Amino acid sequence: MIKIELNKKLHGANGQMDLDVNLKIKEGDFIALAGQSGSGKTTLLRILAGLEDANGTIKIGEDIWLDNKNVLPPQKREIGFVFQDYALFPNMSVEENLLFVNKDKKLANHLLQITELSELKSRLPNTLSGGQKQRVSLCRAMMNRPKLLLMDEPLSALDPSMRTKLQNEILTLHKEFGTTTIMVSHDPSEIYRLASRIVVLDQGVIIDDGVPKDVLLKTSGSQKFSFEGELLDIKKVDVIYVAIISIGQQLVEVVVSQDEAKNLKIGDSVRVSTKAFAPILSQK
Amino acid sequence: MLEILQNLEFTPFLLSFKLAALTTLILFILCLPLAWYLSQTKSKAKPFLEAVTALPIVLPPSVLGFYILFALSQNSPIGAFFDEYLGVKLVFNFTGLVVASCFYSLPFMVQPLQSGFENINKNMLEASYVSGKSKFETILRVAVPNIKPALMTAIIVTFAHTVGEFGVVLMVGGSIPDETKVASVAIYEMVEIMDYTSAHIYSAIMVIISFLVLLSVYMFNSKQNKKFGGFHK
Repeated sequence: MIKIELNKKLHGANGQMDLDVNLKIKEGDFIALAGQSGSGKTTLLRILAGLEDANGTIKIGEDIWLDNKNVLPPQKREIGFVFQDYALFPNMSVEENLLFVNKDKKLANHLLQITELSELKSRLPNTLSGGQKQRVSLCRAMMNRPKLLLMDEPLSALDPSMRTKLQNEILTLHKEFGTTTIMVSHDPSEIYRLASRIVVLDQGVIIDDGVPKDVLLKTSGSQKFSFEGELLDIKKVDVIYVAIISIGQQLVEVVVSQDEAKNLKIGDSVRVSTKAFAPILSQK
Repeated sequence: MLEILQNLEFTPFLLSFKLAALTTLILFILCLPLAWYLSQTKSKAKPFLEAVTALPIVLPPSVLGFYILFALSQNSPIGAFFDEYLGVKLVFNFTGLVVASCFYSLPFMVQPLQSGFENINKNMLEASYVSGKSKFETILRVAVPNIKPALMTAIIVTFAHTVGEFGVVLMVGGSIPDETKVASVAIYEMVEIMDYTSAHIYSAIMVIISFLVLLSVYMFNSKQNKKFGGFHK
């Protein structure tokens, strides 16, 4: 069991803010940490890693990482940290990056095999693609068999197909090592696939906490579909109005009445939902 | 022509290079921790320290030379201490030249190292801490190997700058043959006694060496940048 009780004053982009987090995490859980930028996600991760200080307590099983008297330095916390920008050591080959953490050659080879990097192990990071770099970074973070794996938007710089591939590898690693994991992510499909629990932060406090399916599904009552999007345009066509809405990466048209059109402003955040239709799912 | 070259005294050059090599070595050892501190600190003393280390760039060498001479002479407490307890005289000999050169060339060692360390991706250092590595090991195995162009610049420019110094050397060392008469001082004396042939040869050698040194730095740095992708931001 990991117990986290933290408090820290932050000077964010939106002025001063209190990071006030109280969390209990089961061993082996995979937690997704979501929330708008500036809500304190990265800071929380850095405090857990010991890279930033805060008031409160962090207890991992019987080990105390932080309380009123002790602050355990990052070196002694046995954590793995995956940075968004990979943060590999450019002067070391892929294999050396892993062995730098721990001279366990067997573990290094095993990790490189799982992530299909064995053939690249003597290459320098600068010669790798973004996806390959992040896999190396993931392997490196697992090298000291961490008690807690922290990932700060590890896949956000990668293209969608590479993301899916890495999500599978993260899952494989999580299943094999059973490492308690906290991952910052904005991508609902990623959170749904990987996490067993999602914690949503806003202005430094937890506003939502639960199973990803319950938290992420936006439908309520008899609604079958419900999407959030941004209103891009409203056009008058004969007697009706057509709203153009951007949902995810796609644009949709929705017919609205004159009254509805009056209340909408371009740039509004809107929800598109529908009832009673049986959706048709077909392969692309 | 050959005859002239054969008759030429090369000790001043050897002395210049010995002085530059020693100064560079001492400064490298002293400045590595100082540059690291300056690159990482958020202390209010940072601008103050930076200004002090940069002083030798703007001060006329005569001012620097005068203060060093004043501080190291046997009439000052520092000079007296060294003379009395360690039996070392610090002016008008080679030891004094090394001390003076260390002051004179300090910024040329500190500044490239500091900017090299500042350009290192902080996440990379943190990745090393999280992996259980101490600050010392991180500096040695992660920070220093990843600022090779800055290291090269710092070492070569400090060396070249020390070879090229004149004012401070003349004031603190004078011009004692085989002891403090370095190449730049020798050229000055040749011009004074109107021995233009020797001055020409000496000066040409200085120009060629300096050019080759700088060329090697730039070539090395562009090769490194290709290999590692610049300053790894």
